[in-house]
Amino acid sequence: MNTDTKNSPFGGQGATLFDKIWDAHVVSSVENGPTQLYIDRHFCHEVTSPQAFNGLRERGLKVFRPDKTTLTADHNTPTINQEQPVSDPISRNQLDTFARNAAEFNLPLYFPLGHTKNGVVHIIGPENGFTHPGATIVCGDSHTSTHGAFGAIAFGIGTSEVEMVLATQCVLQTRPKTMRITFNGKFGAGVLAKDLALYMISKLTTGGATGYFVEYAGEAIRNLSMEERMTVCNLSIEMGARGGLIAPDQTTFDYVNGREYAPKGEEWDTKLAYWKTLKTDEGATFDKELVYDAADIQPRITYGTNPGMGMGITDSIPTLDEIDEAGRISFQKSLEYMGFHAGEKLEGKAIDYVFLGSCTNGRIEDFRVFTDYVKGKKKADNVIAWLVPGSWMVEKQIREEGLLEILTDAGFALRQPGCSACLAMNDDKVPAGKYAVSTSNRNFEGRQGPGARTILAGPLVAAAAAVTGRITDPR
Amino acid sequence: MEKFITLTSTVVPLPIENVDTDQIIPARFLKATDKSGFGDSLFADWRYNKDGSPKADFILNDPTFSGSILVAGKNFGSGSSREHAAWAIDGYGFKVVVSSFFADIFQNNALNNGVLPVVVSAEFLAEIFASVNADPKTSLTINLLDQSITSNVTGKTETFEINAYKKECLVNGLDDIDYLLSKRTQIEAYEAARN
Repeated sequence: MNTDTKNSPFGGQGATLFDKIWDAHVVSSVENGPTQLYIDRHFCHEVTSPQAFNGLRERGLKVFRPDKTTLTADHNTPTINQEQPVSDPISRNQLDTFARNAAEFNLPLYFPLGHTKNGVVHIIGPENGFTHPGATIVCGDSHTSTHGAFGAIAFGIGTSEVEMVLATQCVLQTRPKTMRITFNGKFGAGVLAKDLALYMISKLTTGGATGYFVEYAGEAIRNLSMEERMTVCNLSIEMGARGGLIAPDQTTFDYVNGREYAPKGEEWDTKLAYWKTLKTDEGATFDKELVYDAADIQPRITYGTNPGMGMGITDSIPTLDEIDEAGRISFQKSLEYMGFHAGEKLEGKAIDYVFLGSCTNGRIEDFRVFTDYVKGKKKADNVIAWLVPGSWMVEKQIREEGLLEILTDAGFALRQPGCSACLAMNDDKVPAGKYAVSTSNRNFEGRQGPGARTILAGPLVAAAAAVTGRITDPR
Repeated sequence: MEKFITLTSTVVPLPIENVDTDQIIPARFLKATDKSGFGDSLFADWRYNKDGSPKADFILNDPTFSGSILVAGKNFGSGSSREHAAWAIDGYGFKVVVSSFFADIFQNNALNNGVLPVVVSAEFLAEIFASVNADPKTSLTINLLDQSITSNVTGKTETFEINAYKKECLVNGLDDIDYLLSKRTQIEAYEAARN
């Protein structure tokens, strides 16, 4: 565990960005125990919240700060015919329960299915201006790390903790260790934020950052747009990190300014002055530092059943000799599930499905990249493509920018917003044995449907696969 | 929450690494609105065939192994934050999960449900797997008070880490909400100081 003095501003070495935000939110510290941390923004969805509301009812509690919880239905929602009643009665009951809870506990920021502000929780948060630099943000969802892109401490919590936040606007957390990952230099052609993240996860493995909160830094990170930064921070959890964050800068302030729930007027000026102080001091130390060169990264794909099992698109799957002895059973089990062989190249392999969407890559920039590639081409006949905007705001933008027309001409159709095939709670399931090139975040066994085989990639690799029907280098 | 002090039990070995929460409880089982019944779906896709019949080669379906301690490969519980994973493990009847490494959120979720995650060294873990393979009746004793885990076959003991506050909670069957609710005044003072 990090010693509280090590990075303290009073220790003479300066503080990290993480320390500054954490220290500003400490309500109390339990002796020999965790920190009681105040939460500025709580996001809530239908799947991980019903038991928390039950807990409040059982204890006779109200929601402590109703205006600090934003609710959207996204995980267990259909991506077609949302205007009609949800056909699966169990899913419908979960959505109805969510609605009843929002009403019973007087929660004003409730965006149900069909609402113009509805969409994937980590997409609607930033786009409506709920996500601010310097804030503490939680949600019963591990990809809450997305919001760290704004220079916030954002992390996923369990349902018991959702109940704690609803009841007290606080959680109890052990202070994580700090890590800085620096990406120097510039990306090569055809390399996107998703490729950077998949590269990093392969280097660290799925548990390599467990116990740490990561700050991303360096020229390649600075040059990323806000949406690309969200993609990087989103995937922090896939290497086990508690979260990831990027110091706010002009890119961040320009994104937040003017959004509906962002501070306005005098409040904006005060906040902005504070936000500008949010960076790691020179001389501050991290528990771990890693440095990579962005020029070493090529478009990435995964070949196995966790996000750390990835490689450059032109590379070969490792041979058994390259795997630690303790990990060989898992490695072989994984390749068997995927129908691949050790040492094999995957470029040129036929695929069946393409999924563009999720909190990782369901934003307008992802749709622009995809559309730009498929423009004037045709979707391969053997491919079923699910294009799922992250929110209704993204969907609207797709139409307004004329992307829908281009996509339609290329043989693609747009579905309605939601988490969709990322976790396949709804009907968007990839059939057993079929290969899906997916812009989502997890290639776990059965993640996209029982027996489904997921190849994670960025939106450009997904676009190339969609038009060739094969794993294709988009460069 | 139930109190936890000590437990002696035979074990169920699962020598797979990076067991993610999608394996522990697949997403399609997350549609319930209460905490009960998840034990039946624990490891559903590894445990059952498509028609619902048990897969003979999965460890939970092998009558040779039983007990309230699950022993798993490193990085157990990675991925999704779903607390349903802890409810499924608890619902099935496991009170302790032993591994050489746990994912953060799972560890918190387990502790919040009275399921004790015990971190042992990679060597100790390998020895447990070897003992259980040689003799399925191998039992382990976990003593939370002195933070020890002992193999009743080899007699070997290791101590494990647990934060003193969480230990106190488990020993007394208290949860974090009780603690936080007692801090309402401080929370209001914190809010007032910020505004």
